Amino acid sequence: MDFSFSDEQKLIQDAVEKFVQNDYSFDVRNKIVASDEGFDRAIWKQFAELGWLGVSFSEEDGGFGGGAMETSIMMEALGSGMVVEPYLSTVVLAGNALAFAGSAEQKAELLASIISGELLMALAYAEAKSGYNLANVASTAAKAGDAYTISGEKVVVLSGESADKVIVSARTSGSVADEDGISLFIVDTKAAGVEVQGYKTMDGARGANIRFNDAPAELLGEEGKGFAVLERTVDYGIVASAAQALGEMKTAYTKTLEYVKTREQFGVAIGSFQVIQHRMVDMFMAVESSRSMVIMASMKVASQDAVERKKAVSGAKVYIGQNARAVGQDSVQLHGGIGMTEELDIGHYFRRLTLFCSAFGSTNYHLKRFAYLG
Amino acid sequence: MNIDYSPEELEFQQEVRAWFKENLPADLKQKSLNGEMLSRDEIVSWQKLLNSANYLAVGWTEEFGGPGWTPTQRYIFDAERAAAGAPIGLSMGLIMLGPVLQAFGTQEQKDKYLPRILNSEDWWCQGYSEPGAGSDLASLKTQAVLDGDEYVINGTKIWTTYAHHANLCFCLVRTDNECKIQAGISFILIDMNTPGIEIKPIVSIDGEHHLNQTFFDDVRVPKENLVGVEGQGWTIAKYLLTHERTTIAGVADSQMTLANIKRAAETNEADGCSLMDDEQTRLDIAQAEINMMALEYSNFRTLADTAAGRAPGPESSLLKIKGSEAQQELSELKVKLAGYYAYPWMTENSIGPDEFTHATQSYNFLRASTIYGGSSEVQKNVLAKMLLGLR
Repeated sequence: MDFSFSDEQKLIQDAVEKFVQNDYSFDVRNKIVASDEGFDRAIWKQFAELGWLGVSFSEEDGGFGGGAMETSIMMEALGSGMVVEPYLSTVVLAGNALAFAGSAEQKAELLASIISGELLMALAYAEAKSGYNLANVASTAAKAGDAYTISGEKVVVLSGESADKVIVSARTSGSVADEDGISLFIVDTKAAGVEVQGYKTMDGARGANIRFNDAPAELLGEEGKGFAVLERTVDYGIVASAAQALGEMKTAYTKTLEYVKTREQFGVAIGSFQVIQHRMVDMFMAVESSRSMVIMASMKVASQDAVERKKAVSGAKVYIGQNARAVGQDSVQLHGGIGMTEELDIGHYFRRLTLFCSAFGSTNYHLKRFAYLG
Repeated sequence: MNIDYSPEELEFQQEVRAWFKENLPADLKQKSLNGEMLSRDEIVSWQKLLNSANYLAVGWTEEFGGPGWTPTQRYIFDAERAAAGAPIGLSMGLIMLGPVLQAFGTQEQKDKYLPRILNSEDWWCQGYSEPGAGSDLASLKTQAVLDGDEYVINGTKIWTTYAHHANLCFCLVRTDNECKIQAGISFILIDMNTPGIEIKPIVSIDGEHHLNQTFFDDVRVPKENLVGVEGQGWTIAKYLLTHERTTIAGVADSQMTLANIKRAAETNEADGCSLMDDEQTRLDIAQAEINMMALEYSNFRTLADTAAGRAPGPESSLLKIKGSEAQQELSELKVKLAGYYAYPWMTENSIGPDEFTHATQSYNFLRASTIYGGSSEVQKNVLAKMLLGLR
């Protein structure tokens, strides 16, 4: 048994950590967040040139032959700097959906363009009334000849505002919550019948509601069999987000530890108080046990046994969600008033960690999913 | 033992209920229920309306122009106000400074300031915390040095809520560096338009500007603005902190929030059923409701003691800690109900259902409730020492 990273994995980790340290300070991030697009295309290009957009894809698909573990290494490091560039949406979600279900042509065209940094994509699955159930799809697709059009609305599409194309779940048959009958489509966001309403999200990133009115759509994968692909894709997204949350928790914890060692009240560092010491040890344990869950889920998400995969993913989501909540809240609390300010990064880590709890299904939702897997 | 109101109290309850029904503007109610921030003008005109019925200075005696209510009437009023979805008046003048001036102020200070608080002519802010003096408030460093008939003030105050709206500030300053630190603190009133005052805005993690850092650079304040005597500031500050036992838990507003949460859970839908039909959501809401019952009855016990003129029992010490935890719990519950609508942030128009639009802002803002007015950690230290005798 060995949980150490390979030399290649260490290289990735080292490179991304250095990027965050040297080129992605909190000030830099604030400027990027305040910019028109809300992310920096030059940085995205740099990611592409460094090969970071292809680390998790097979060599056959034009990637570097890594997998979920490499994605997690990337995401943890990106999380530590709260990097807002659309890695999760474009690379992890859309990229994996294409890798899992794309035809040779689709991969050659789209996945290759993602890896080269030319194409931004997003995954549009949630609807106003779907809750967290991926199978609850009211959007519909109609077929005329060989061509499809889709209609309906998707909500809170992460990075949907800047995406050139989105992968959309729509119903080709069945009733609203059936797993069968869901198909995935690729839709050009510039096409007629597509309306994008973008907005800021709590974590400094961007989201969008996207309305489709008979919008031209290209089938991804097999008609009516999109659910399994969607669920697997989102499971990969959850693991990546969990790793990102780990990076955020670790950083929030480290900064809080530094703070309680230096902040003095009553003539001593507040870290000398036992009540603070125990809280810090709780945070430390939260981070390290969450790391165990990220490692577990990164290894098991690729399992061919769907139940094993789902238990690993939902287990990690629940456990890390609970710890992300605790670490986020305690980071603010132990910083006191200064932790309440926009000016300090701690509140922003708190917001990121808060949103992890809602991402791809709440803690309760995944606890239930886990419980009923047997 | 009973928790019944007297016939007179019930009549009072009806009267208050009818007034809010008649007078609360609909847009103000909506904003208040959704947790939206109110503008300076909105606050001032609402306060004026409340005052027209003598519903503003709820804790003041008739001598100072207040309604002279009993603690029970005040509790009833607060419950009715919250249930109506009405915002509360600004605490700085009404709840904090008013009682201090009434107890410690000179006749001139009372005559000058109290009517202006009632008429919303003055907007007060509080200058207590400093960057180096938070939980350890007594270590504050802002200096006031007597020079002729004026104190010259130098230093900085932080978390000065609405200093950018305020024309006056009540401040804790150090007038003596030689004695025990608490004994060197004085309580002074400062005109915010005096030369040498600079206000720097602080945006908090709810994305709004409530807070400021305020700088004092050779600010000259007339000697007669001292409240009480030199060195009495700490006693006055403690008096102020312990004054509001019966409403500090925020029970009335939290009950209103809970009612809103239940309504939102019943009227919004996810995955084919109402949010309330989700078993775990129902249990979470039930748990919050149970926690609220415990808080309410602890509050009733304090109220009963206060109303009977007895010193409140030990349960009163838990009200601030448990009350702030309840506020946080409820705001978090609302974020959970919002589902993916937790993502949109400070959008111009609602992206999802209106009742969730400000849910995350409230959740962010209320992280402060276990920090301000003495953090929960410090409160527990005090309870351990004073109440449990652990030292």
